[in-house]
Amino acid sequence: MREIGAEMERELVIIGGGPAGLAAAAAAVENGVAAEDILILEREPELGGILLQCIHNGFGIHRFGEELSGPEYAARFAKKVAELGIPSLLSTMVLTLHRMEDGRKEITAVSSAHGLIRLKARAVVLAMGCRERGRGALNIPGTRPAGIYTAGAAQKFVNIKGFMPGRKVVILGSGDIGLIMARRMTLEGAKVEVVAELMPYSGGLSRNIQQCLRDFDIPLLLSHTITQIHGKERVTGVTISQVDEKRRPILGTEQYFACDTVLLSCGLIPENELTRQAGIPLDPVTGGAVVGENRETEMPGVFAAGNVLHVHDLVDFVSAEAELAGAGAARWLAEGDHAGVKLAVRPQGVIRYVVPQTVSLPADEDVRLFFRVGEVVEKAAVIVECGEKVLYKGMRPKLLPGEMESVTLKAETLSGLDSGQLTVRLEKR
Amino acid sequence: MMDVAVIGAGVVGALVARELSRYELDVCMLEKADDVAMGTSKANSAIIHAGFDCQPGSVMARMNVRGNAMMDELAQQLSVPFKRNGSMVLGFNEEDTGTLQVLLERGIKNGVPGVKIVSGDEARALEPNVSGEVVAALVAPSGGIVCPYELTIAAAGNAMDNGVQLFTGFEVVEAHFENGVWTLVSADGNEVQAKVVVNAAGLFSDRVAAILGDTDYHVFPRRGEYLLLDRDQGTMVSHTIFQCPSAMGKGILVTPTVDGNLLLGPTSENREDREDTATTAEGLATVARLASKSVPGVNLRAVITSFTGLRSCSTAHDFVIEPSKNQPQLVEITGIESPGLSSAPAIAEYVVSLLKEMGVQLKEKADFNPYRRPIPRFREMDIEERRKLIAEDARFGQIICRCETVTAGEIVRALHQNPPAHDLDGVKRRTRTGMGRCNGGFCTPQAVEIIAKELGIPAEQVTKCGGGSRLLVGKAKEGDLDA
Repeated sequence: MREIGAEMERELVIIGGGPAGLAAAAAAVENGVAAEDILILEREPELGGILLQCIHNGFGIHRFGEELSGPEYAARFAKKVAELGIPSLLSTMVLTLHRMEDGRKEITAVSSAHGLIRLKARAVVLAMGCRERGRGALNIPGTRPAGIYTAGAAQKFVNIKGFMPGRKVVILGSGDIGLIMARRMTLEGAKVEVVAELMPYSGGLSRNIQQCLRDFDIPLLLSHTITQIHGKERVTGVTISQVDEKRRPILGTEQYFACDTVLLSCGLIPENELTRQAGIPLDPVTGGAVVGENRETEMPGVFAAGNVLHVHDLVDFVSAEAELAGAGAARWLAEGDHAGVKLAVRPQGVIRYVVPQTVSLPADEDVRLFFRVGEVVEKAAVIVECGEKVLYKGMRPKLLPGEMESVTLKAETLSGLDSGQLTVRLEKR
Repeated sequence: MMDVAVIGAGVVGALVARELSRYELDVCMLEKADDVAMGTSKANSAIIHAGFDCQPGSVMARMNVRGNAMMDELAQQLSVPFKRNGSMVLGFNEEDTGTLQVLLERGIKNGVPGVKIVSGDEARALEPNVSGEVVAALVAPSGGIVCPYELTIAAAGNAMDNGVQLFTGFEVVEAHFENGVWTLVSADGNEVQAKVVVNAAGLFSDRVAAILGDTDYHVFPRRGEYLLLDRDQGTMVSHTIFQCPSAMGKGILVTPTVDGNLLLGPTSENREDREDTATTAEGLATVARLASKSVPGVNLRAVITSFTGLRSCSTAHDFVIEPSKNQPQLVEITGIESPGLSSAPAIAEYVVSLLKEMGVQLKEKADFNPYRRPIPRFREMDIEERRKLIAEDARFGQIICRCETVTAGEIVRALHQNPPAHDLDGVKRRTRTGMGRCNGGFCTPQAVEIIAKELGIPAEQVTKCGGGSRLLVGKAKEGDLDA
């Protein structure tokens, strides 16, 4: 019998070695945590997360001022982590997370190389990313043949495994991965018949609509959905119907599209099973933990960043958020809990959510609030208030549900506050 | 030459084969699909009914109550999770209360243990999430839950471990009886000879009977659509919650499954198409609406998947289990609608007694092993069991399905252990790979790789469920080094 099983202790454990985990780890070291006191746990055999299968460009424009591919972007952070000497365990899946009586967190994980691993950590950064909404959750009626994939699974087959999941494709949902895969499948010789989107607007970035659909003459049907999947063994076609303003299919609008593949790009769901298991409160709208400006959850010493916290459009913002979490963890390890007051941040009206959900005062740095709207809004002012006091007011020409927005509150603006709550709302012009 | 050929490897055929594997007999199962449990046994309510629905004196009543009583030992021997969670039938008004009384009387006549009627408040004390409008309920503690395809896989596997042969992809299209021997011919021209044939072809039992020379049976499919919810809904109820039954069946139920999910359904609709397992928007909406009537708090956004099952009904509305009236050395099993799953162990026992009466020699095997070695379930193990397993085989340390915590080791075992899986759905049914909330989004590429490697086939030949259900159509342009 091989010698297996391991017991370890660390100051900081980072669950997930994608862009969020890597940036958090590097930031923690840069803010004073010794590299050998950190451990990154990654379920895949390589660091980099989902970026490794995103071989298209467009990553890093904000961060590095240049267009990188996903693997290139990931490599910059992986290199930094390696140079800093931060250890990681690969092909390692975390199974449980809970808080011990002494306040430390116990993590169990498993890998072929080490067997069962039991880890005790003072601080944890959650960076598990997100998953795609699948067919089951979408409840699409019809048969259950082969040829139905989430866009991300198809992306893995094509870009990593080198296989084509199909030749004649219909895509449901216009999330960014779906748009990217419309282009990718086309470049690989497949015919993308149509992209159907339930909502009256796209869920993806405007630049992806242009570069991935329009540039390839792929039609986008807004306010349309698949109402039936056909085919016994392999998909043979789909019925697509127009939907009314309540998203119900309109009888008589059915169109049949022959295809052998259906790709689903209908939203991403933060993977918070561990978070929930640990008893950490979640925001029902984001699906991620409730956090403060340093991305600390309601469980002291546990931080969260990246798509596990809320779904981002751009990895550049994931990295920035993870750096807040990594620095926050470093500071918490050195100084313990924040002594000041904590104000709630509440979205109002068409603003669906705001991250962070709380802000601790007094603030010694500027605080940037990220939010999304629930519908397309043209020419509106974003207003952040605390009671009667307006903390921020700024115009936006257009706000889209598919594009995350943010406002920055200056530290000095926040300095006078010590009670109440912050509200974020839009005022139409 | 086989002593007995069983046509159909659903839960009834598999349990008949297993029962026969106790004896010194050459037995085979002939299954037209790529795997066992591919018909009615794959998609149904997964309930071991207590037996209060059946008309007293019917074959159904006898088989159900007997089958129910046999389940504890059977499940234990086959290492199949089985739980007596109890059944509860809700009454919402006076008419329902009358129906409950009828069910109670039937239950008592049928010998259902412990069956009783309780008040609405007593029902809610037992099940706090059932509707406030419930005025009375029938409770039957012997009702249970089991995974129907898992039971079938385990029964077929145990039969095979004890010498039974399984031929998948063997669709019987022709049969002759000559010189005391049946010759069964498959669609692709293969032949099996057997002294005795047992027709356990479920939804197709009438067609198979006709091929065998019995033209007086008719089976029609009753469609039932279901919604399966995530585990976070699995504790909404502990009993299996029924509404009052009608001529069309036992009504929409809300039940936990042995795997911890919540199952809602089925609708009930007679159709002639025996292969139409498509779900419909109307059907799923009906399930959602009626399930909410029983348990108003159920979160319908937590749906993981939906499916349609086809039950095989007969106009007689009773099981037919009998030696053929027209042909020698043939037993017909047909009309196995609900409670077929609950009755299957008793049906198997009864079929063997019929075979004995027909002159089949039943000499017990010295080395029959009723116990099946299950595929290890990593997710259900404690730390020490996991340590030990990984130490024996490192592949049990590699998690492939994150949602259901399934390891590479389990997938490998599913591809080699009796009855071996041949495809992705077969692996899924044996291990729960891809059955979680991500619907296989993360694990499918890795599972396909393992299946290809273990079966020694290229990835492009891996199928979802046999036949033409290939998952991949070829190599990507850049990856095609042979082009």
